[in-house]
Amino acid sequence: MAKKTVVTAEINGNSTEFLCEPRQSLLEVLRDTLHLTGSKEGCNNGNCGACTVLLNGKPVLSCLVLGVEVEGAKIETVESLAQNGQLAPVQQCFLEGAALQCGICTPGFLVATKALLEKYPQPSEHDIRFHLANNLCRCTGYDKIVKAVQTVAAQ
Amino acid sequence: MNDFAYAAPTSLAEATKLLQESSGSVKILSGGTDIIVQLREGAREADLVVDVKKLPELQELNFSATHGLRLGAAVPCAQVYDDTRIAAAYPALVDAAKIIGGWQIQSRASIGGNLCNSSPAADSIPALIAHHAYCEIVGPAGKRNVPVEQFCTGPGKNVLQKGELLVALVFPPDLSHCSSAYERFIPRNEMDIAVVGCGSRVQLNAACDTIEFARIGLGAVAATPKYAQEASEWLAGKPANEDSYTQAGELAKKVATPISDMRGTAEYRTHLVGVLVKRTLTTAVERAKSFKNP
Repeated sequence: MAKKTVVTAEINGNSTEFLCEPRQSLLEVLRDTLHLTGSKEGCNNGNCGACTVLLNGKPVLSCLVLGVEVEGAKIETVESLAQNGQLAPVQQCFLEGAALQCGICTPGFLVATKALLEKYPQPSEHDIRFHLANNLCRCTGYDKIVKAVQTVAAQ
Repeated sequence: MNDFAYAAPTSLAEATKLLQESSGSVKILSGGTDIIVQLREGAREADLVVDVKKLPELQELNFSATHGLRLGAAVPCAQVYDDTRIAAAYPALVDAAKIIGGWQIQSRASIGGNLCNSSPAADSIPALIAHHAYCEIVGPAGKRNVPVEQFCTGPGKNVLQKGELLVALVFPPDLSHCSSAYERFIPRNEMDIAVVGCGSRVQLNAACDTIEFARIGLGAVAATPKYAQEASEWLAGKPANEDSYTQAGELAKKVATPISDMRGTAEYRTHLVGVLVKRTLTTAVERAKSFKNP
Protein backbone atom coordinates (compact mmCIF):
# COMPACT_ATOMS: atom_id res chain seq x y z
CA MET A 1 0.00 0.00 0.00
CA ALA A 2 1.33 3.40 -0.94
CA LYS A 3 2.04 5.64 1.98
CA LYS A 4 -0.86 7.67 3.27
CA THR A 5 -0.44 11.40 2.93
CA VAL A 6 -1.59 14.17 5.21
CA VAL A 7 -3.64 16.67 3.20
CA THR A 8 -4.78 20.07 4.43
CA ALA A 9 -7.64 21.82 2.67
CA GLU A 10 -10.34 24.36 3.46
CA ILE A 11 -13.61 22.44 3.36
CA ASN A 12 -16.83 24.43 3.72
CA GLY A 13 -14.90 27.26 5.36
CA ASN A 14 -13.09 25.07 7.89
CA SER A 15 -9.41 24.26 7.70
CA THR A 16 -9.44 20.46 7.58
CA GLU A 17 -6.67 17.91 7.78
CA PHE A 18 -7.15 14.35 6.59
CA LEU A 19 -5.10 11.29 5.82
CA CYS A 20 -5.57 9.52 2.49
CA GLU A 21 -4.02 7.09 0.07
CA PRO A 22 -3.12 8.43 -3.41
CA ARG A 23 -5.73 6.16 -5.01
CA GLN A 24 -8.61 7.55 -2.93
CA SER A 25 -10.90 9.99 -4.70
CA LEU A 26 -12.00 13.25 -3.15
CA LEU A 27 -15.52 11.78 -3.10
CA GLU A 28 -14.35 8.83 -0.99
CA VAL A 29 -12.52 11.16 1.36
CA LEU A 30 -15.54 13.45 1.74
CA ARG A 31 -18.00 10.65 2.37
CA ASP A 32 -15.99 7.98 4.17
CA THR A 33 -13.30 9.91 6.02
CA LEU A 34 -14.95 13.25 6.70
CA HIS A 35 -18.54 11.94 6.85
CA LEU A 36 -19.79 14.68 4.55
CA THR A 37 -22.29 12.41 2.81
CA GLY A 38 -24.15 15.14 0.90
CA SER A 39 -22.09 14.47 -2.24
CA LYS A 40 -23.51 11.30 -3.77
CA GLU A 41 -21.79 8.50 -5.61
CA GLY A 42 -23.84 7.89 -8.73
CA CYS A 43 -21.77 6.46 -11.55
CA ASN A 44 -18.26 6.96 -10.10
CA ASN A 45 -16.85 7.53 -13.58
CA GLY A 46 -17.60 11.16 -14.37
CA ASN A 47 -20.90 10.86 -16.19
CA CYS A 48 -23.66 11.69 -13.74
CA GLY A 49 -22.62 14.80 -11.77
CA ALA A 50 -24.13 13.64 -8.46
CA CYS A 51 -20.77 14.14 -6.72
CA THR A 52 -20.25 17.73 -7.94
CA VAL A 53 -18.36 20.00 -5.54
CA LEU A 54 -16.65 23.36 -5.99
CA LEU A 55 -12.86 23.18 -6.08
CA ASN A 56 -11.40 26.67 -5.75
CA GLY A 57 -14.77 27.97 -6.94
CA LYS A 58 -14.97 25.76 -10.04
CA PRO A 59 -17.49 22.92 -10.32
CA VAL A 60 -15.75 19.54 -10.55
CA LEU A 61 -16.68 15.90 -10.22
CA SER A 62 -15.24 14.76 -6.89
CA CYS A 63 -15.07 11.15 -8.16
CA LEU A 64 -12.52 12.35 -10.75
CA VAL A 65 -10.32 14.24 -8.29
CA LEU A 66 -7.75 12.49 -6.12
CA GLY A 67 -7.85 13.38 -2.45
CA VAL A 68 -4.09 14.10 -2.54
CA GLU A 69 -4.63 16.68 -5.28
CA VAL A 70 -6.58 19.09 -3.06
CA GLU A 71 -3.70 20.06 -0.77
CA GLY A 72 -4.12 23.78 -0.06
CA ALA A 73 -7.38 24.00 -2.03
CA LYS A 74 -10.77 25.41 -1.10
CA ILE A 75 -13.68 22.97 -1.37
CA GLU A 76 -17.39 23.65 -1.04
CA THR A 77 -19.88 20.81 -0.84
CA VAL A 78 -23.69 20.87 -0.69
CA GLU A 79 -23.34 21.00 3.11
CA SER A 80 -22.08 24.59 2.78
CA LEU A 81 -25.37 25.87 1.31
CA ALA A 82 -27.73 25.86 4.31
CA GLN A 83 -26.66 28.26 7.06
CA ASN A 84 -27.78 27.93 10.70
CA GLY A 85 -30.53 25.50 9.78
CA GLN A 86 -31.90 27.82 7.09
CA LEU A 87 -32.03 26.47 3.55
CA ALA A 88 -30.26 28.55 0.91
CA PRO A 89 -32.58 30.18 -1.69
CA VAL A 90 -31.48 27.62 -4.29
CA GLN A 91 -32.49 24.77 -1.99
CA GLN A 92 -35.80 26.44 -1.15
CA CYS A 93 -36.62 26.89 -4.85
CA PHE A 94 -35.78 23.27 -5.70
CA LEU A 95 -38.00 22.14 -2.81
CA GLU A 96 -40.94 24.41 -3.62
CA GLY A 97 -40.67 23.76 -7.35
CA ALA A 98 -40.62 19.98 -6.79
CA ALA A 99 -37.38 19.88 -8.79
CA LEU A 100 -36.50 16.47 -7.45
CA GLN A 101 -37.96 13.04 -7.07
CA CYS A 102 -35.61 10.42 -5.68
CA GLY A 103 -33.11 13.13 -4.71
CA ILE A 104 -29.84 11.36 -5.53
CA CYS A 105 -28.88 13.92 -8.20
CA THR A 106 -30.04 16.94 -6.16
CA PRO A 107 -26.84 17.79 -4.23
CA GLY A 108 -24.89 17.85 -7.50
CA PHE A 109 -27.51 20.03 -9.17
CA LEU A 110 -27.54 22.45 -6.22
CA VAL A 111 -23.76 22.87 -6.22
CA ALA A 112 -23.60 23.26 -10.02
CA THR A 113 -26.45 25.80 -9.86
CA LYS A 114 -24.59 27.81 -7.24
CA ALA A 115 -21.59 27.99 -9.58
CA LEU A 116 -23.83 28.81 -12.54
CA LEU A 117 -25.51 31.73 -10.76
CA GLU A 118 -22.15 33.11 -9.69
CA LYS A 119 -21.02 33.11 -13.34
CA TYR A 120 -24.38 34.16 -14.83
CA PRO A 121 -26.66 35.87 -12.27
CA GLN A 122 -29.37 36.06 -14.98
CA PRO A 123 -28.87 32.89 -17.01
CA SER A 124 -30.83 32.18 -20.18
CA GLU A 125 -32.51 28.79 -20.50
CA HIS A 126 -29.67 27.83 -22.85
CA ASP A 127 -27.08 28.81 -20.20
CA ILE A 128 -28.90 26.69 -17.62
CA ARG A 129 -29.20 23.63 -19.84
CA PHE A 130 -25.59 23.96 -21.09
CA HIS A 131 -24.05 24.31 -17.63
CA LEU A 132 -26.17 21.60 -16.03
CA ALA A 133 -25.67 19.10 -18.89
CA ASN A 134 -23.14 17.16 -16.79
CA ASN A 135 -25.80 16.53 -14.12
CA LEU A 136 -28.06 13.64 -14.97
CA CYS A 137 -31.49 13.10 -13.46
CA ARG A 138 -33.40 9.91 -14.24
CA CYS A 139 -36.68 11.02 -12.62
CA THR A 140 -37.76 14.59 -13.29
CA GLY A 141 -37.36 15.23 -17.01
CA TYR A 142 -35.35 18.40 -16.15
CA ASP A 143 -38.06 21.00 -16.79
CA LYS A 144 -38.79 21.48 -13.10
CA ILE A 145 -35.07 21.79 -12.40
CA VAL A 146 -34.68 24.45 -15.08
CA LYS A 147 -37.72 26.30 -13.71
CA ALA A 148 -36.34 26.14 -10.16
CA VAL A 149 -33.07 27.67 -11.35
CA GLN A 150 -34.99 30.40 -13.18
CA THR A 151 -37.00 31.10 -10.03
CA VAL A 152 -33.95 31.45 -7.82
CA ALA A 153 -32.26 33.67 -10.43
CA ALA A 154 -35.31 35.94 -10.48
CA GLN A 155 -35.20 36.46 -6.70
CA MET B 1 -8.70 1.41 -7.88
CA ASN B 2 -5.32 -0.36 -7.61
CA ASP B 3 -2.69 1.13 -5.42
CA PHE B 4 -0.19 3.66 -6.79
CA ALA B 5 2.24 6.29 -5.55
CA TYR B 6 1.67 9.98 -6.28
CA ALA B 7 4.08 12.82 -6.99
CA ALA B 8 3.45 16.45 -7.86
CA PRO B 9 6.73 17.93 -9.09
CA THR B 10 7.12 21.69 -9.29
CA SER B 11 9.83 21.96 -11.97
CA LEU B 12 10.24 20.47 -15.44
CA ALA B 13 13.64 19.03 -14.53
CA GLU B 14 12.17 17.27 -11.51
CA ALA B 15 9.23 15.98 -13.59
CA THR B 16 11.35 14.51 -16.43
CA LYS B 17 13.72 12.95 -13.88
CA LEU B 18 10.76 11.27 -12.14
CA LEU B 19 9.31 10.09 -15.45
CA GLN B 20 12.66 8.75 -16.61
CA GLU B 21 13.89 7.06 -13.44
CA SER B 22 10.72 5.33 -12.33
CA SER B 23 11.02 1.58 -12.79
CA GLY B 24 7.34 0.66 -13.03
CA SER B 25 4.47 2.03 -15.07
CA VAL B 26 4.13 5.81 -14.86
CA LYS B 27 1.05 7.78 -15.82
CA ILE B 28 0.77 11.53 -16.13
CA LEU B 29 -2.17 13.27 -14.46
CA SER B 30 -3.36 16.64 -15.67
CA GLY B 31 -7.12 17.14 -15.25
CA GLY B 32 -7.53 13.42 -14.54
CA THR B 33 -10.88 13.12 -16.32
CA ASP B 34 -9.63 10.30 -18.54
CA ILE B 35 -6.80 8.75 -16.55
CA ILE B 36 -8.69 8.37 -13.24
CA VAL B 37 -11.55 6.57 -15.04
CA GLN B 38 -9.07 4.31 -16.87
CA LEU B 39 -7.16 3.47 -13.67
CA ARG B 40 -10.40 2.75 -11.83
CA GLU B 41 -11.72 0.52 -14.59
CA GLY B 42 -8.39 -1.27 -15.01
CA ALA B 43 -7.95 -0.09 -18.60
CA ARG B 44 -4.55 1.34 -17.61
CA GLU B 45 -2.15 0.48 -14.82
CA ALA B 46 0.11 2.79 -12.84
CA ASP B 47 2.74 2.30 -10.16
CA LEU B 48 3.31 6.04 -10.06
CA VAL B 49 1.00 8.90 -11.00
CA VAL B 50 2.77 12.17 -11.75
CA ASP B 51 0.54 15.22 -11.35
CA VAL B 52 1.86 17.90 -13.72
CA LYS B 53 -0.49 20.75 -12.74
CA LYS B 54 2.14 22.45 -10.56
CA LEU B 55 4.61 22.90 -13.42
CA PRO B 56 4.50 26.61 -14.37
CA GLU B 57 5.28 25.92 -18.06
CA LEU B 58 2.22 23.67 -18.31
CA GLN B 59 -0.08 26.38 -16.88
CA GLU B 60 1.11 29.07 -19.27
CA LEU B 61 -1.56 30.79 -21.39
CA ASN B 62 0.26 33.32 -23.47
CA PHE B 63 -1.48 35.05 -26.36
CA SER B 64 -0.28 37.83 -28.61
CA ALA B 65 -1.69 38.95 -31.94
CA THR B 66 1.79 38.86 -33.51
CA HIS B 67 3.21 35.67 -32.00
CA GLY B 68 0.12 33.52 -31.68
CA LEU B 69 -0.86 31.35 -28.77
CA ARG B 70 1.19 29.27 -26.42
CA LEU B 71 -1.15 26.99 -24.50
CA GLY B 72 0.35 25.10 -21.56
CA ALA B 73 -0.57 21.42 -21.72
CA ALA B 74 -2.37 21.46 -18.34
CA VAL B 75 -4.54 24.57 -18.87
CA PRO B 76 -8.17 23.49 -18.37
CA CYS B 77 -10.71 23.82 -21.19
CA ALA B 78 -12.87 26.33 -19.26
CA GLN B 79 -9.91 28.71 -18.97
CA VAL B 80 -9.38 28.46 -22.74
CA TYR B 81 -12.96 29.33 -23.70
CA ASP B 82 -13.38 32.00 -21.01
CA ASP B 83 -10.54 33.99 -22.59
CA THR B 84 -12.18 36.39 -25.07
CA ARG B 85 -8.97 36.97 -27.07
CA ILE B 86 -8.55 33.24 -27.66
CA ALA B 87 -12.24 32.88 -28.51
CA ALA B 88 -11.84 35.55 -31.21
CA ALA B 89 -8.62 34.25 -32.73
CA TYR B 90 -9.02 30.45 -32.39
CA PRO B 91 -12.75 29.70 -32.63
CA ALA B 92 -12.36 26.04 -33.66
CA LEU B 93 -10.36 25.40 -30.49
CA VAL B 94 -13.05 27.11 -28.43
CA ASP B 95 -15.87 25.22 -30.23
CA ALA B 96 -14.11 21.98 -29.23
CA ALA B 97 -13.24 23.03 -25.66
CA LYS B 98 -16.90 23.86 -25.01
CA ILE B 99 -18.17 20.38 -25.90
CA ILE B 100 -15.61 18.16 -24.20
CA GLY B 101 -17.77 16.56 -21.49
CA GLY B 102 -19.84 18.93 -19.38
CA TRP B 103 -18.89 22.00 -17.37
CA GLN B 104 -17.46 19.99 -14.47
CA ILE B 105 -15.20 18.09 -16.87
CA GLN B 106 -14.18 21.32 -18.63
CA SER B 107 -13.12 22.84 -15.28
CA ARG B 108 -10.44 20.16 -15.03
CA ALA B 109 -9.75 18.56 -18.41
CA SER B 110 -6.97 20.14 -20.47
CA ILE B 111 -6.45 20.34 -24.23
CA GLY B 112 -2.99 18.81 -23.71
CA GLY B 113 -4.53 15.93 -21.79
CA ASN B 114 -7.14 15.39 -24.50
CA LEU B 115 -4.30 15.12 -27.03
CA CYS B 116 -2.17 12.81 -24.84
CA ASN B 117 -5.14 10.51 -24.21
CA SER B 118 -4.98 10.11 -28.00
CA SER B 119 -8.53 8.95 -28.59
CA PRO B 120 -9.35 8.80 -32.32
CA ALA B 121 -12.60 10.64 -31.43
CA ALA B 122 -10.99 13.37 -29.26
CA ASP B 123 -12.75 16.67 -29.95
CA SER B 124 -9.78 19.01 -29.61
CA ILE B 125 -7.42 17.23 -32.01
CA PRO B 126 -9.14 18.03 -35.38
CA ALA B 127 -9.33 21.66 -34.18
CA LEU B 128 -5.62 21.65 -33.29
CA ILE B 129 -4.80 20.21 -36.72
CA ALA B 130 -6.94 22.87 -38.42
CA HIS B 131 -5.12 25.57 -36.44
CA HIS B 132 -1.73 24.16 -37.53
CA ALA B 133 -0.63 23.79 -33.92
CA TYR B 134 2.49 21.90 -32.92
CA CYS B 135 3.44 20.08 -29.73
CA GLU B 136 6.41 21.13 -27.65
CA ILE B 137 7.78 18.02 -25.94
CA VAL B 138 10.49 17.96 -23.27
CA GLY B 139 12.41 14.85 -22.32
CA PRO B 140 15.79 13.50 -21.24
CA ALA B 141 17.29 14.40 -24.64
CA GLY B 142 15.98 17.96 -24.53
CA LYS B 143 13.19 19.65 -26.42
CA ARG B 144 11.52 18.56 -29.66
CA ASN B 145 8.56 19.81 -31.67
CA VAL B 146 5.98 17.56 -33.34
CA PRO B 147 3.08 18.71 -35.56
CA VAL B 148 -0.23 17.71 -33.95
CA GLU B 149 -1.23 15.52 -36.91
CA GLN B 150 1.87 13.38 -36.28
CA PHE B 151 1.43 13.09 -32.50
CA CYS B 152 -1.05 10.20 -32.25
CA THR B 153 0.12 6.83 -33.52
CA GLY B 154 -2.94 4.68 -32.73
CA PRO B 155 -5.93 4.56 -30.38
CA GLY B 156 -4.55 5.61 -26.97
CA LYS B 157 -0.99 5.72 -28.37
CA ASN B 158 1.30 8.62 -29.23
CA VAL B 159 4.92 9.60 -29.90
CA LEU B 160 5.81 10.35 -26.26
CA GLN B 161 8.79 8.22 -25.21
CA LYS B 162 9.76 7.24 -21.67
CA GLY B 163 10.70 10.34 -19.70
CA GLU B 164 8.99 12.69 -22.14
CA LEU B 165 6.27 15.19 -21.35
CA LEU B 166 4.01 17.39 -23.49
CA VAL B 167 4.73 20.92 -22.27
CA ALA B 168 2.70 23.18 -24.54
CA LEU B 169 0.75 23.52 -27.75
CA VAL B 170 1.92 26.35 -29.94
CA PHE B 171 -0.42 28.07 -32.43
CA PRO B 172 0.61 30.40 -35.25
CA PRO B 173 -0.92 33.89 -35.14
CA ASP B 174 -4.27 34.33 -36.84
CA LEU B 175 -4.37 36.82 -39.67
CA SER B 176 -7.10 39.13 -40.92
CA HIS B 177 -9.90 37.36 -42.82
CA CYS B 178 -8.88 34.08 -41.25
CA SER B 179 -11.11 31.96 -39.04
CA SER B 180 -12.11 28.44 -38.13
CA ALA B 181 -14.83 26.16 -36.79
CA TYR B 182 -15.17 22.73 -35.20
CA GLU B 183 -18.30 20.59 -35.29
CA ARG B 184 -19.00 17.03 -34.40
CA PHE B 185 -21.96 14.80 -35.05
CA ILE B 186 -23.51 13.19 -31.98
CA PRO B 187 -26.99 11.71 -31.55
CA ARG B 188 -27.87 13.99 -28.60
CA ASN B 189 -27.27 17.62 -27.63
CA GLU B 190 -24.50 17.35 -25.06
CA MET B 191 -22.12 14.95 -23.39
CA ASP B 192 -21.41 12.39 -26.06
CA ILE B 193 -18.55 10.97 -28.10
CA ALA B 194 -18.12 12.21 -31.65
CA VAL B 195 -19.42 9.89 -34.38
CA VAL B 196 -17.33 12.15 -36.63
CA GLY B 197 -15.60 15.43 -35.73
CA CYS B 198 -14.28 18.03 -38.15
CA GLY B 199 -12.23 21.21 -37.70
CA SER B 200 -11.67 23.63 -40.59
CA ARG B 201 -9.67 26.82 -40.82
CA VAL B 202 -9.64 29.20 -43.78
CA GLN B 203 -7.67 32.24 -44.87
CA LEU B 204 -9.60 34.46 -47.31
CA ASN B 205 -8.30 37.10 -49.72
CA ALA B 206 -8.93 40.79 -49.01
CA ALA B 207 -12.19 40.73 -51.00
CA CYS B 208 -13.31 37.72 -48.92
CA ASP B 209 -14.49 35.83 -51.99
CA THR B 210 -11.57 33.41 -52.47
CA ILE B 211 -9.96 30.90 -50.14
CA GLU B 212 -6.21 31.45 -50.07
CA PHE B 213 -5.36 28.73 -47.62
CA ALA B 214 -7.27 26.04 -45.72
CA ARG B 215 -6.64 23.22 -43.26
CA ILE B 216 -9.11 20.47 -42.41
CA GLY B 217 -8.72 18.06 -39.49
CA LEU B 218 -10.92 15.00 -38.99
CA GLY B 219 -11.70 12.88 -35.92
CA ALA B 220 -13.29 9.44 -35.40
CA VAL B 221 -12.74 8.39 -39.01
CA ALA B 222 -9.52 6.38 -38.56
CA ALA B 223 -7.25 4.94 -35.86
CA THR B 224 -5.83 8.43 -35.33
CA PRO B 225 -7.16 11.94 -36.03
CA LYS B 226 -6.33 12.90 -39.61
CA TYR B 227 -5.16 15.93 -41.56
CA ALA B 228 -7.16 15.98 -44.80
CA GLN B 229 -4.20 17.20 -46.83
CA GLU B 230 -5.52 16.77 -50.36
CA ALA B 231 -8.82 18.52 -49.60
CA SER B 232 -7.03 21.32 -47.74
CA GLU B 233 -4.52 21.97 -50.54
CA TRP B 234 -7.19 21.73 -53.24
CA LEU B 235 -9.13 24.59 -51.60
CA ALA B 236 -6.30 27.11 -52.13
CA GLY B 237 -7.38 29.59 -54.81
CA LYS B 238 -10.96 28.31 -54.99
CA PRO B 239 -14.00 30.57 -54.64
CA ALA B 240 -15.50 30.66 -51.15
CA ASN B 241 -18.80 29.06 -52.11
CA GLU B 242 -20.87 25.94 -51.54
CA ASP B 243 -19.54 24.11 -54.59
CA SER B 244 -15.99 24.38 -53.27
CA TYR B 245 -17.02 23.15 -49.81
CA THR B 246 -18.88 20.18 -51.30
CA GLN B 247 -15.90 19.24 -53.47
CA ALA B 248 -13.52 19.58 -50.49
CA GLY B 249 -15.84 17.29 -48.52
CA GLU B 250 -15.62 14.67 -51.28
CA LEU B 251 -11.81 14.87 -51.27
CA ALA B 252 -11.67 14.72 -47.47
CA LYS B 253 -13.58 11.42 -47.54
CA LYS B 254 -10.46 9.83 -49.08
CA VAL B 255 -8.58 9.94 -45.75
CA ALA B 256 -11.49 8.35 -43.88
CA THR B 257 -11.02 4.66 -43.09
CA PRO B 258 -13.61 4.38 -40.33
CA ILE B 259 -14.78 1.38 -38.36
CA SER B 260 -18.40 0.35 -37.92
CA ASP B 261 -19.55 0.27 -34.32
CA MET B 262 -22.65 1.01 -32.24
CA ARG B 263 -22.20 4.75 -32.86
CA GLY B 264 -22.35 4.45 -36.64
CA THR B 265 -21.43 2.36 -39.64
CA ALA B 266 -18.34 3.06 -41.74
CA GLU B 267 -20.57 4.23 -44.63
CA TYR B 268 -22.45 6.61 -42.36
CA ARG B 269 -19.22 8.05 -40.94
CA THR B 270 -17.81 8.57 -44.42
CA HIS B 271 -21.01 10.36 -45.45
CA LEU B 272 -20.74 12.56 -42.33
CA VAL B 273 -17.23 13.66 -43.35
CA GLY B 274 -18.72 15.36 -46.40
CA VAL B 275 -21.50 16.97 -44.35
CA LEU B 276 -19.23 18.27 -41.60
CA VAL B 277 -16.49 19.54 -43.92
CA LYS B 278 -19.15 21.57 -45.73
CA ARG B 279 -20.69 22.89 -42.51
CA THR B 280 -17.41 23.83 -40.83
CA LEU B 281 -16.07 25.51 -43.97
CA THR B 282 -19.30 27.52 -44.25
CA THR B 283 -19.04 28.66 -40.62
CA ALA B 284 -15.30 29.35 -40.85
CA VAL B 285 -15.76 31.50 -43.97
CA GLU B 286 -18.62 33.46 -42.36
CA ARG B 287 -16.49 34.08 -39.29
CA ALA B 288 -13.43 34.96 -41.39
CA LYS B 289 -15.32 37.69 -43.23
CA SER B 290 -15.65 39.65 -40.01
CA PHE B 291 -12.38 38.71 -38.29
CA LYS B 292 -9.62 41.28 -38.35
CA ASN B 293 -6.45 40.70 -36.45
CA PRO B 294 -6.25 43.54 -33.90
